[in-house]
Amino acid sequence: MDTITYFKERFEQLQEAQLDSRLRSLRDDAFNEFEQTGIPTVKHEEWKYTRINDFFGKDYHFTTDLKELQFRAAELQPFLLPGHEDANSIVFINGHYHAEHSVLRSEELEVISLETAAHNQYAPVVEAHLGHSADYHRDGINALNTAFIQEGVFIHIQKGKTVNHPVYIYNVTDARSGNIFAQPRALVHVGENAQVEILETFVTMGADESFTNQVFEIAVEEDAVLHLYKIQNDAANSTIVSTTHVHQVGKSVANVVTISLSGGLVRNNLNMVMSAPYCEANLSGLYLQNGHTHVDNHTVVDNRQPNCLSNELYKGIMNGHSTGVFNGKIFVRQIAQKTNAYQTNKNILLSENAAVNTKPQLEIFADDVKCSHGCTVGRLDEEALFYLKARGISDATARSLLLHGFALDVLEKIGSEDVRQYVNALVTASLKLG
Amino acid sequence: MLSIKDLRAGIEDREILKGINLNIKPGEVHAIMGPNGSGKSTLASVLAGKEDYEVTGGSVTFEGKDLLELAPEERAGEGIFLSFQYPVEIPGLSTTNFMKTAVNEIRKYRGQDELDAVSFLKKMKEKMALVEIDQSMLSRSLNEGFSGGEKKRNEIFQMAMLEPKLAILDETDSGLDIDAIRIVANGVNKLRTPENGILVITHYQRLLDYIIPDFVHVLYNGRIVKSGTKELAYELEERGYDFIKNELV
Repeated sequence: MDTITYFKERFEQLQEAQLDSRLRSLRDDAFNEFEQTGIPTVKHEEWKYTRINDFFGKDYHFTTDLKELQFRAAELQPFLLPGHEDANSIVFINGHYHAEHSVLRSEELEVISLETAAHNQYAPVVEAHLGHSADYHRDGINALNTAFIQEGVFIHIQKGKTVNHPVYIYNVTDARSGNIFAQPRALVHVGENAQVEILETFVTMGADESFTNQVFEIAVEEDAVLHLYKIQNDAANSTIVSTTHVHQVGKSVANVVTISLSGGLVRNNLNMVMSAPYCEANLSGLYLQNGHTHVDNHTVVDNRQPNCLSNELYKGIMNGHSTGVFNGKIFVRQIAQKTNAYQTNKNILLSENAAVNTKPQLEIFADDVKCSHGCTVGRLDEEALFYLKARGISDATARSLLLHGFALDVLEKIGSEDVRQYVNALVTASLKLG
Repeated sequence: MLSIKDLRAGIEDREILKGINLNIKPGEVHAIMGPNGSGKSTLASVLAGKEDYEVTGGSVTFEGKDLLELAPEERAGEGIFLSFQYPVEIPGLSTTNFMKTAVNEIRKYRGQDELDAVSFLKKMKEKMALVEIDQSMLSRSLNEGFSGGEKKRNEIFQMAMLEPKLAILDETDSGLDIDAIRIVANGVNKLRTPENGILVITHYQRLLDYIIPDFVHVLYNGRIVKSGTKELAYELEERGYDFIKNELV
């Protein structure tokens, strides 16, 4: 059976099983969209350098029934992030939210299934924001996630509250017995004047293929502050398509830092949609790649209202045969006067066989704006290297120091001291080139 | 301690140093002067081990070791220090971290234990005073956004931290106002001992009012064409480099 037929069968089973679901029609529309568009190939402009359709030729197991999973909490232990003793933990296994492995410590935080949220007082929020990312992704892969929304979660942060413990989200794929296709889904609602810090990570267990197609949509209300740190340090047998869609509904601040250290193939879609005046969005990314890995960061900053500010800084260090893609779109709508939008992408290639494709894409329809963009691809500065070596520092250490210095301004965007130290240690370890 | 014999070096088939001979003994200060393009900075770079230059002939021995066989970091380990004419800006690396790494790598090279945090800080404080540098500057990214004077003071600070046997100062005075020159020279003078040598490379005599050399050499067209004592520097200042050129003709 080919993958598409398999998906169709699974889809029909799901719709059959959940006749009274409020998400049925959303799923229906999404599956239609998926059937029409299919899995994006490299002919798709947005997927020119990132080939994922090959993976769908493989035989993936796709869990729609939670009972199929056998998973013990102890198995998660080795992957827990530092500070987990004091954090809220939300655990997805093979795409499904697992309440029994999750830990909620903050009363400002509510975590329920999307299905429940669609039926209770949060129904209007779900109605307004679930599936909003589809407006920015006319490709089958986003639709495929929506078509199978089942045990996705609705995460609500109460208005006026600061979540006193960080929220750790684990996207676990258990590929110990067979290839796994997982589709975590969440809708996060950061209430008015609320603040939250979210750290998410991706973990593949086992040696079989894992494909994670994740969609997180986040609605940020007036005066709220969101910090989101995405740490991708997964195994070589993993493929991740991670869509983070931040919709700044009210005047708010959103900081997103994406760190991609390893993993077979990583595609990040990050959308910052600024739908209120005076929003601020900070997007930072660091990708350090080696071997045959591939990392693709597609970002969108959509200025839909006047006076918004966005700062975007992505840096890459590519070694071995790794390949990288940066595509940064900035839209400034006609109404969005006084927009300030800045974008920088800098890359260092450490090997003859590594490559980066970088492309800024600015579409500006307003006439009174400040927008800048710049990208560089280069090698390690030989003058700087000699300067360090002339002070007695060995070649390998000198290279590590220079690369760490290059990466530092992205690391400094991580507001949380604990997270910054953790990421810094990971980065330092992977820069030991000697 | 340093013995240069018939040193020839160049870059991409162009010979810049055309047979340099120079001996420096412990405790001596030598100055190399010369017009632009005479090969002064090339000599400094070749001694420090910059790979852009190809050595085509001659020899350099430092305390009995063949210097040309050593990598730049090994030369630093042996006790050679180059104060750069144009110190490089390194984003994301503070002077403090840079020095901590350099001091300990050199100690490792010499088979010594790493300096503990307390001793390192003590040493830093002591040397900071020497060149009138403050802590905030050392916490900033190395040389990034530093003024010309700050960069050169930072070079001398590094020299003080690393305590080299032979310091090569490549146009340390260029672009500095007189106050900055005084601070830099003062730092250098405090580091003069009967055991270490200093090679001052400069275009102007001015610096030599503050760092008094034992010997002055004139480098012209890749060769040392005249050597003398500090009086030679005054003569050059007065009569210009043309008198050397005319003498040669």
